[in-house]
Amino acid sequence: MDLQHSLWLGAPEELLSVAGLALLMVAAFAGDKASRLISILSVAALTVCAIMVAPELCSGATSPDADAFNGLYRADAFAAFAKLLIYAAAGVTLIVAPSFFDRLKAMRAEFPLLVLFAALGMGLMVSATDLITLYIGLELNSLAAYVLAAFLRVDDRSAEAGLKYFVLGALASGILLFGMSLTYGFTGGTSFVGIRAALTGPMSTGAVFGVVFMLSGLAFKISAAPFHMWTPDVYEGAPTPVTTFFATAPKVAALTLTMRVALEAFGAQVGAWQQIVIFASLLSIVIGALGAIGQANIKRLMAYSSINNIGFMLIGLAAATPRGASGMLVYLAIYVAMSVAGFVTVLLLRDENGDAIEAIADLSGLSKTRPWLALAMASVMFSLAGIPPLFGFWGKFVVFQAAVEAHLVVLAALGIAASVIGAFYYLKVVKVMYFDEAVDKVRGAGELSHTVLLVLSTLVISPLGYLLTRWLGHLADIAAASLFHIA
Amino acid sequence: MSGFPILSTMLLVPLVGAVACLKVEAKAARTIALAATLIDFALGVVLWLNYDIGGAQWQFTERAQLFAGFQWALGIDGIALLLIMLSVFLMPICIGASWKSIDKRVGEYMAAFLLMETLMIGVFSAQDLFLFYIFFEAGLIPMYLIIGIWGGADRIYASYKFFLYTLLGSVLMLIAMFWMANEAGTTDIPTLMAYSFPVAAQKWLWLAFFASFAVKMPMWPVHTWLPDAHVQAPTAGSVILAGVLLKMGGYGFIRFSLPMFPEASAQFAWLIFALSMIAVVYTSLVALVQHDMKKLIAYSSVAHMGVVTIGLFAFNRIGLEGTMIVMLSHGLVAGALFLCVGIIYDRLHTREIDRYGGLAINMPRYAVFFMLFTMASIGLPGTSGFVGEFLSLAGVYQISSWVALVCTTGIILGAAYMLYLYRRVIFGVQAHADAAAMPDLDMREILMVVPLGLAVLWMGVYPESFLAPMRKDIATLDARLAQAKPRGDANVKMGPLKVAGAKPAPAVAAEGAK
Repeated sequence: MDLQHSLWLGAPEELLSVAGLALLMVAAFAGDKASRLISILSVAALTVCAIMVAPELCSGATSPDADAFNGLYRADAFAAFAKLLIYAAAGVTLIVAPSFFDRLKAMRAEFPLLVLFAALGMGLMVSATDLITLYIGLELNSLAAYVLAAFLRVDDRSAEAGLKYFVLGALASGILLFGMSLTYGFTGGTSFVGIRAALTGPMSTGAVFGVVFMLSGLAFKISAAPFHMWTPDVYEGAPTPVTTFFATAPKVAALTLTMRVALEAFGAQVGAWQQIVIFASLLSIVIGALGAIGQANIKRLMAYSSINNIGFMLIGLAAATPRGASGMLVYLAIYVAMSVAGFVTVLLLRDENGDAIEAIADLSGLSKTRPWLALAMASVMFSLAGIPPLFGFWGKFVVFQAAVEAHLVVLAALGIAASVIGAFYYLKVVKVMYFDEAVDKVRGAGELSHTVLLVLSTLVISPLGYLLTRWLGHLADIAAASLFHIA
Repeated sequence: MSGFPILSTMLLVPLVGAVACLKVEAKAARTIALAATLIDFALGVVLWLNYDIGGAQWQFTERAQLFAGFQWALGIDGIALLLIMLSVFLMPICIGASWKSIDKRVGEYMAAFLLMETLMIGVFSAQDLFLFYIFFEAGLIPMYLIIGIWGGADRIYASYKFFLYTLLGSVLMLIAMFWMANEAGTTDIPTLMAYSFPVAAQKWLWLAFFASFAVKMPMWPVHTWLPDAHVQAPTAGSVILAGVLLKMGGYGFIRFSLPMFPEASAQFAWLIFALSMIAVVYTSLVALVQHDMKKLIAYSSVAHMGVVTIGLFAFNRIGLEGTMIVMLSHGLVAGALFLCVGIIYDRLHTREIDRYGGLAINMPRYAVFFMLFTMASIGLPGTSGFVGEFLSLAGVYQISSWVALVCTTGIILGAAYMLYLYRRVIFGVQAHADAAAMPDLDMREILMVVPLGLAVLWMGVYPESFLAPMRKDIATLDARLAQAKPRGDANVKMGPLKVAGAKPAPAVAAEGAK
């Protein structure tokens, strides 16, 4: 396990760091004029990284060959799956952001860089096999995210979102750190392998507290109830491209990190955290569904929807089986596609002055004035609700199937029954678009890039997406197998 | 015919039509929709003609490994064949019924209907558990849009109620399906139909499927979405809802609950009987006091579905055959009745019974057809309604004479509310000038009601055409149920047929020969 091998395995992160620093220089000297160029180069860097990690996924790289830096970092198929989603989501953000900020005359060269550094942090998170790497990755991502949330400095809502995100995020980091220190104290190690080895047999109370606090901190990052309160405010206040980013990449990173912590570090003590996950899962489903009902802002609605969806994904974690993990990864991939389609549609909703429309009431009769846009939005809503034949159903399908196979039939039944509550508010959006009288507010035309992204993501969540299931399921199985390899 | 994927083609034709309809204006959309449904009907006829009666149980099978976790598996038996025929027969009529009355957003309307047709055929031909579920659930989306966009005044409430009620019923079934697939190791429906699940588990699985099918059926007390949905839906929506969608519940019982969980079905037969008896009597009484024509027919649908469910759980061939005929007959008759309501609604734009009267004077042809369908709904011998209800009640009599007694009163009550409706609308004085001035049926409307009338009479006079394709499948199901068959209280002893010369009704002959 020499240094050269380690450097080779960590190449995507190294490339992103170097690219980020180099582009930072460009930004420093060329200024905001170069922001479009920097965006393009950043997307190029992300694409190269994606190409670099793809073979790890296809070949099913596992520990110990994938371990680097003396067990601090692991470039296995599981990390590669998550990184591909993260890079894709970051790329989408970079593609949709310039036109949004240009209109507000707020495009700055730092934006693509912050996204790039956030992606770097997330890459570290999903590859972390040590509490120290985990924390460095998490904080690198969070710091970039706090700034991104407040990126529209003159907008009060954006500033408020950034501040709220920062204060609550810092609190969560503190909780996580406390849990990590307890875990370290009671297991004597920071590496996941060491923690796992130390936690066989009966657990001491201190170690249980460590697990609880760590999972609570992570629950904040994935916005699972009861640590979800920041989500609606941040989603609403942050600029829409940033919300697109928050809804996708950090969710993937934090959830896959949670999976690795729970299934690898605490994998020998499933009983210690399974109840917590079940509780958080059901609570997220119900709170996400009930909270969304009264919302009048489409971005807030999407925030509650993400809480709701995280709840469903956690059902796969509660199963604590390779099938469950594979199901979560499939769900995550579909969720990213749904979120991209949803937020790109939101970005395309503009009135004649080009200002963003966020009120659900302003979508009234969209199907008459903009039938294709309405069709895309309706697909997203039915897909998020998990109604077949849209592809969102498949995500729910795989996690619930895994839960039933793990004999969690009651959990599955409760979860799926609660999904009907969620269907109500998704239907509300469809109702507003299709049944109500047209207000004809949505006018603005979108850029070609938006349209292409929307068409692609809508095709994925359309029934045609089912043709991807074998391929997606195969990759997710490989990734999940590498996560369970040590067991 | 072997090799040609006719079922996939039947699924594809309306789907392509639906996509095409989205892009064109009103006139072209109507033509495309009519053409697509007629092609599908023609394919349906080809399907029936090529169906080998008494041949393999599953015919026209197709298998393709397209997806992870489930496969594209299609195939039909006689039961599915007849229900597919019902769907493709009603669809062109539905398009015809919407020809003039739908004038806003025609392309989307036709697209929703064609999508509906694809999904209905899919439900009846799916041979994979999860493929079935996807088709079964997906039907909610187009129906939600049809009720919500083109429905009446209170359409939004009705569309929500329809969607959420049926969704809640179905999701529990999905969990049960996961459990079954995990236990049996396959998602293939024919294999599962022969798989014996542990009796203790059957109870839960049966209840989960019951939750879904009872709502779809609909059975009392979860029927309340139906009157709302029917009243608010446009005419063609009601025809499809009553004609085909309600049959999905009955089909589900016959395809899943009975063969897969025979012991649980026997255990819960009392529940079905109790709910059905209440449904037959109670909803018939409710129908008697309705002022809205569509609501009246909707309640009568619930009552008829009660007859379907008792026949299903009679655990004998005669009852099962009766059930199938009631389903087919109700599909035709309820569809036709909604069509008749739609015809006068298009003229006067009200469904209030009191606003009509004496239509026999100015609409004699309409009165004749309405009379035919009214009689078929009551179950007059010679019409399809009689055959089905007779067989169904004869079947349940072998199990429980009390259930048969109570449910037979439903027929009397049915005669009461239908004749009362007919008297108020068609006979009497012409109290309203606008109703008296309505023109009689035009060519388009005649073209819609005549095929329905002929089918109703055909099924009433010579039901053998419809019984023959499914006789073997019903016999297979009956053999499967034999292990769990409850003892009846009637102790019917059927002797051998004594009169060789006289030709009895075919179904009874089959039962007697057993």
